[in-house]
Amino acid sequence: MEMFMSIDENTAARVAKLARIKVEPDALPALAEEFNNILGFIEQLSEVDVDGVEPMTSVTPQRLKRREDVVTDGDQQDRVLANAPDAREGFFAVPKVVE
Amino acid sequence: MTDLNKLSLAEARDALRKGETTSKDLTEACLKAIDGAGALNAFVHRTPEIAMEQAAEADARIKQGDAPAMCGLPIGIKDLFCTKGVPSQAGSRILEGFLPEYESTVSQKLKDSGAVMLGKLNMDEFAMGSSNETSVYGNAVNPWRRAGDTAELTPGGSSGGSAAAVAADLCLAATGTDTGGSIRQPAAFTGTVGIKPTYGRCSRWGIVAFASSLDQAGPMTKTVRDAAIMLEAMCGHDAKDSTSADLAVPDFEAALTGDIRGKKIGIPREYRMDGMPEEIDKLWQDGIAMMKDAGAEIVDISLPHTKYALPAYYVIAPAEASSNLARYDGVRFGHRAKLDHGDGITEMYEKTRAEGFGHEVQRRVMVGTYVLSAGFYDAYYNRARKVRTLIKKDFEDVFAQGIDSILTPATPSAAFGLGEMKDADPVAMYLNDVFTVTVNLAGLPGVALPTGQSATGLPLGLQLIGRPWEEAELLSSAYALERAAGFVAKPEKWW
Repeated sequence: MEMFMSIDENTAARVAKLARIKVEPDALPALAEEFNNILGFIEQLSEVDVDGVEPMTSVTPQRLKRREDVVTDGDQQDRVLANAPDAREGFFAVPKVVE
Repeated sequence: MTDLNKLSLAEARDALRKGETTSKDLTEACLKAIDGAGALNAFVHRTPEIAMEQAAEADARIKQGDAPAMCGLPIGIKDLFCTKGVPSQAGSRILEGFLPEYESTVSQKLKDSGAVMLGKLNMDEFAMGSSNETSVYGNAVNPWRRAGDTAELTPGGSSGGSAAAVAADLCLAATGTDTGGSIRQPAAFTGTVGIKPTYGRCSRWGIVAFASSLDQAGPMTKTVRDAAIMLEAMCGHDAKDSTSADLAVPDFEAALTGDIRGKKIGIPREYRMDGMPEEIDKLWQDGIAMMKDAGAEIVDISLPHTKYALPAYYVIAPAEASSNLARYDGVRFGHRAKLDHGDGITEMYEKTRAEGFGHEVQRRVMVGTYVLSAGFYDAYYNRARKVRTLIKKDFEDVFAQGIDSILTPATPSAAFGLGEMKDADPVAMYLNDVFTVTVNLAGLPGVALPTGQSATGLPLGLQLIGRPWEEAELLSSAYALERAAGFVAKPEKWW
């Protein structure tokens, strides 16, 4: 199976957008090249026969613990907001989201 | 007593209990050593007031005969652990100014056990790196130098500050974390001991997440005995981490018999890499001979999917990182970019993350985003998770054949020079983890310890890999190897 596709500048720009990281246009060619190097390395995985193999979901066979569906925490608005770059009137403040 | 900072945890503990020294004296000796070691850039946030207060409390406890395992012992904490009211930046600009309102479970356990926190230790940004060169604080520097050479070397990464601090006797021990080798590779580069326990042994709660299915905390120490003492204080079930195992924690120190007679030690043929430096091969052969002399049975084994571990890791780890690091958005904590007139929330996210994340972190977040994106999820991410299943099965198969532990080199080389890999392909840097990353993918315990020196006098380490949850037996085998190797070299002080 051939999964490796060369990444061009447009794809690099799209990935940066999806990752919400601003990349200046003049940095895109180098970024695309780095992606291609890394994906070229990852490409080796296509040699492995994985037919009938389950993708790993948990490295240790354990059943996640359950607990009563009750509130165990809360009422600490000040502490939750203590590290916010901009907190006002008990809320996180952000630039205008809706026009 | 002189040079109290040079003691091991066990030596200091015993001296404290006999009344031969005090935690105050131990702590002052370490703080003095830290003050004189700015050139190593290991401690990046110092907490002398907290340390002296904790030392006084510890001395009072010891006087009352209430001295838990780590009581009065001064240690350093990797910057990845959230420590209440103390900067915890994960080596990143994006967490500048962040003061956690809570304490990580592991650092809390160490506190409860009486340990004294000297400060926070340098590391690669978000634990992504193998040389400590991606840190916002600048490079941590290895106290070791090549014979007759003053070039600065890397202490390894990502727990580079921890390794440098322990090797230079700035603290008696330190915490580290290991996602692909970040405890074991720096331990090997600095002549110290580091163990990554079985996935689930240590709670991950309050440790800044990199790749959650791989991350584990562990101790970085001067001896195997110290690793046993400190690991026991760090691990145990925690309801706040659903992947932490609800298993009893054995007395690891009591299990250090060093008796490996009749134990089956596997030597995986796939770890004999093309182009392996002769001194690494010799180190490995010497280690095999030592274990054989100590009565172990040496067995050639095969772990056929070894070659695919690094590529699988470089899909899975970035994928999980891209998801974990989505939280750094400039809203709840850390850095927020200055916005231009008319910028909306998307511009705020994009500018904040571009300014706050360093180059390697940006690259991995974007690679992770790509392998998880529509159309590539199956080809990359699901395929890598299937290969991970096969890598784990390789180990299960050899353990089913009766293998007790596996002996490998810890790193493909001795410590390299800072800046030496600057122009290299990122993949060349990733190869540092070639012997360690399989262990994270399979969730197994692995320990690195110094057993020899390179031609230029640098420490070299071997790795022992154990069965899941059998850290006690693994540490005992490491103890046997440590005794046989008799590694006692220390870096000559230049800083």
